[in-house]
Amino acid sequence: MTALINFLENLGGRATGSVHRLGFASRFLLLTLRNSGLCLRRFSLVAREIYFAGVLSLIIILVSGLFVGMVLGLQGYDTLVRYGSSSALGVLVALSLVRELGPVVAGLLFASRAGSAITAEIGLMKATEQLAAMEMMAVDPIARVIAPRFWAGVISMPLLAAMFSGMGVFGGYLVGVRLIGVDEGSFWSQMQDAVDFQEDILNGVIKSVVFGIAVSWIAVFEGYDAPPTAEGVSGATTRTVVNSSLSILALDFMLTAFMFRGA
Amino acid sequence: MPATDNLVEVENVNFAYDSRHILKGVNLGIRRGQVVAIMGPSGCGKTTLLRLIGGALRPTQGEVRVNGEAVAKLGHDELFALRRKMGMLFQFGALFTDLSCYDNVAFQMREHTDMPEELIDDLVLMKLQAVGLRGAHRLMPSELSGGMARRVALARTTALDPMLIMYDEPFAGLDPVSMGVIGHLIRRLNDSLGATSIIVTHDVAEALGLVDHVFFMSEGAIVTEGTPDELRASDKPPAHQFVYGETDGPMPFHYPADDYARDLHATEGR
Amino acid sequence: MMKRKALDLWVGVFVAMGLGALLFLALKVGNLASFSAAEAYLIKANFDNIGGLKKRAPVKSAGVVVGRVEDIVFDTETYEATVAMSIDRRYGFPKDTSAKILTAGLLGEQYVGLAAGGDTVKLKDGEKLKITQSAVVLENLISQFLFDKAADGGKDGK
Repeated sequence: MTALINFLENLGGRATGSVHRLGFASRFLLLTLRNSGLCLRRFSLVAREIYFAGVLSLIIILVSGLFVGMVLGLQGYDTLVRYGSSSALGVLVALSLVRELGPVVAGLLFASRAGSAITAEIGLMKATEQLAAMEMMAVDPIARVIAPRFWAGVISMPLLAAMFSGMGVFGGYLVGVRLIGVDEGSFWSQMQDAVDFQEDILNGVIKSVVFGIAVSWIAVFEGYDAPPTAEGVSGATTRTVVNSSLSILALDFMLTAFMFRGA
Repeated sequence: MPATDNLVEVENVNFAYDSRHILKGVNLGIRRGQVVAIMGPSGCGKTTLLRLIGGALRPTQGEVRVNGEAVAKLGHDELFALRRKMGMLFQFGALFTDLSCYDNVAFQMREHTDMPEELIDDLVLMKLQAVGLRGAHRLMPSELSGGMARRVALARTTALDPMLIMYDEPFAGLDPVSMGVIGHLIRRLNDSLGATSIIVTHDVAEALGLVDHVFFMSEGAIVTEGTPDELRASDKPPAHQFVYGETDGPMPFHYPADDYARDLHATEGR
Repeated sequence: MMKRKALDLWVGVFVAMGLGALLFLALKVGNLASFSAAEAYLIKANFDNIGGLKKRAPVKSAGVVVGRVEDIVFDTETYEATVAMSIDRRYGFPKDTSAKILTAGLLGEQYVGLAAGGDTVKLKDGEKLKITQSAVVLENLISQFLFDKAADGGKDGK
């Protein structure tokens, strides 16, 4: 009996705890947006963070994009050739990348490469009292530390997703046209015929912007909210990767349902 | 407002985290130009008091005034304006690990002033020279020893010539030589800047040889105060125990617990 | 200072690469270059049956994409489907142009085919095509075929 009560108590505590955190996270996002003025006045602050979040993620994004595109080329050809429509390979590769794989896989990679680094950095700054010291120097850490990292993530994410898709299409081209020998002309022309700028590419970009906001928000929040201990920071880093991956997939489902339903 | 010569005035301040009472009716006044120490055992609320003075926390009751302004009643902008005139040295320096020593010291000058880069350059080198680390200005904080990091942090704290400098455990974890250096610097910087300094510490020997006035705290209240000599001669039990480092006295060795014998039996039933 | 310059350079390269990738997607992968809706005019046509025609399906003439289907609505007065098409400004069509709903290949998607007539007056924005031919519905085709066969069989028997 007491075990049951304890269990229920625990469950209720967890539920209210999560709602509390969500509320604080939302207030924190609002605070970050309100304190973003400094980022506009001193863009070099954001540029520095774009270097750490974006430029340092380049290698993993480009290489993964290339391989994902090459695999799509192989698997797609294998299936399409059974129906005698291997010339539609370009369509298959491009649509899968631009609509889904580009934003989603780039988002997942970004969360684990850059998101975790942002959380760990902010968490450590908090644990070593750097944020408190900044506040005592009359510099708002949200404006000086949080907001630039947030905006750098929001800016980097769509660019990385576009590079991932571009690289993937190139990978599909390498395998499909160069290796297997699908006709080059029909590869590109069918692709261009089927991929619509607004419907496919713009929606893909919107997805990647949304994912960028979600991942950056989670990363800076988990860092700021991390308990100032070694376990606290490592736990927050793990939570950033898990939570942002889950929210990317959930958001992707919702956005896909909105964008491509009935089209 | 009474015209006093006190820079910091703490009046009947209570502070509680949730239901845990940290400070219970603290009163103290700190005169301009002095170096004072707030001493006491770990967990007696010294650091909390420092945070109240810096405006990082608000008292549950009572008032903290710095330079005549009630810290807790200031808005965000006014508080930040006041903080520009304060400096705080954190326990382990809290240097920004992503900036070099030079940029750490230049941080506030770049954030708060429109000084040209050449002027900042001169000022930073002067501040670093004062702590003896001009030659280390290119190093990153991770390349410094604990004592050097503390000195760079001291240079950063005094970058904008504050009127009030607060030190949170400046001697913690330092070797005797570094300790002596920091103590010497605290005194010299205070006198050359015409500032007022508050040192929170439990390092008796170092602090007593350095300060003008000592406040002794125990369990969230000031139990005694006076000059270092007066404190050494004090026969008040908590102060006496602390100054001479006796293991038992008014500060109990045991954390409050149930009856020992009963606890041991109770484990069997657990 | 040197470090700052290098950092700015890298960030610049990064942003340029990202924008380049977007441009590549828009121009090479997508069809932004081939047709832009900004410079287009609208024409309408009524069909008895549009089959599986969808919005944004291509409008072709002599096999060249000249426009896109903008909108498809059901006309409650004539009980027909009204298809609105935006046609590239560069391509003018005579007034007696006819529209047909065609299928690309046996199983491909459906599109609108325009066949130019001989009139000297050009179509204007918002004008309606008079001559249309509906989509071929496979069921109708088969039942008609069977009906004809049955009719023929009856004649032979006499």
